[in-house]
Amino acid sequence: MLTAALRKEMLLQWRTRAQMMAVFVFGAAALLLFSFAVGPVAEALRLYSAGFLWLGLLLSSTLTLAESYHAEMENRALEGLLLLPANPRALYYGKAIANWIQLVILGMALVPVMVILYDAGTMRIPELFVVVALGAAGLSAPGTLYAAMTAQVRSKQTLLPLLLFPLIVPALLASVKATSLIILGDPMGQLKSWISLLIAFDAIYWSLCGLLFGRVVEE
Amino acid sequence: MGAILIEAENLARRYGRRWALADVSFTVRSGSVVMVAGRNGSGKSTLFRVLSTAIRPDRGRAMINGFDLLRDREDIRRMMALLSHQSYLYESLTARENLSVAADHLGRSRNGVMALLERVALANRADDPVSTFSAGMRKRLSFARVLLQEPTLVLFDEPYGQLDPEGFMLVDDVVRELKAQGTTVMIATHQLERGVGLADEAILLEAGRVMWAGRASEVMEHETQIADRRARSAGREPGVAC
Repeated sequence: MLTAALRKEMLLQWRTRAQMMAVFVFGAAALLLFSFAVGPVAEALRLYSAGFLWLGLLLSSTLTLAESYHAEMENRALEGLLLLPANPRALYYGKAIANWIQLVILGMALVPVMVILYDAGTMRIPELFVVVALGAAGLSAPGTLYAAMTAQVRSKQTLLPLLLFPLIVPALLASVKATSLIILGDPMGQLKSWISLLIAFDAIYWSLCGLLFGRVVEE
Repeated sequence: MGAILIEAENLARRYGRRWALADVSFTVRSGSVVMVAGRNGSGKSTLFRVLSTAIRPDRGRAMINGFDLLRDREDIRRMMALLSHQSYLYESLTARENLSVAADHLGRSRNGVMALLERVALANRADDPVSTFSAGMRKRLSFARVLLQEPTLVLFDEPYGQLDPEGFMLVDDVVRELKAQGTTVMIATHQLERGVGLADEAILLEAGRVMWAGRASEVMEHETQIADRRARSAGREPGVAC
């Protein structure tokens, strides 16, 4: 069932791949605007680069997460799947994994933009990839659940960030700290602790949201 | 016809303050074809959405093939297929992909997908996205999706809507085939004459209530009587809102 759900999600994402480029441009534009706010102070830009990267990814994620339910709501396709009956949990994890993959790609695509704009280069690419993957998981799990909740609401574009942002603060904080340590250096060896914290929050989000999804989509 | 497949008692459902269904009770025998008739807004679609477990009733109960409508929703979904006003299709996927997605979720092989597309005369458009389809073609594809489920109970909500004369024939043929296989079929339609030709039993709904239930061959007569009564009391009949 999970394979079927994931296959469907990847197919839908492939068909709307042009939108991924638009979201990347939006994220890159956000990073550019953040640099204007700080001004031409190289040290400050580098200092805040991790925070800006995650803010850019967070803002972009609200677009991709909300859009991931567009196809489901168009002809009530999600209801059609539930009546087959498809397992709601499989549908949730299929969509959450697909959203996670999309956010990881987006996050890794924004890293070079960050490096160029903020002079925040690092050679610790594998660690950075792990943090981006874990942080994206922290966004996609609750984001997929809340996007389902708000998908049928008229003001979904406003409501989704309002509900999502407070919930993901711990994961976002851990992601920013871990990314910052990778870019600026980690003399006290704190990176592992932040990554552990991120893993813990991801585990909570992914298990709880999977349990709640059935209640959200069923009347 | 066999044993009782559906036993509904006082089913009621409201949207806001308006009761779309009000204390609807009826039985449906296994293997029968039942036509549900009534004007627009009489509660036909709501009844089908309740029976299909897409929405929950606010009151009442129903047993479908021994399964409780409220408690055994997944069991009911496994044996039932709904052709709804909504196509349940993904616009960006092709006809073949839409059926394949359904087959994957049902745990069925994709091998039968092309045969189903041929059955609904869409084989030549199998690899075109649904977004390029006309309303009638979408209806045909939804039909194929219903047949893919191989259900024991089929709920056809306005199956003739948006179809051409060939499509009408397709619906009639499919209903006859399903009946021959022993599948129970409920059809909500305004095409009374066509429905009478297919159905064994009929239920007439008016303002969310069952006005009459009986042999399908008698439905026209009763529909006319109800229409006359409605005309006489036009403007004086109290609504169902509470």
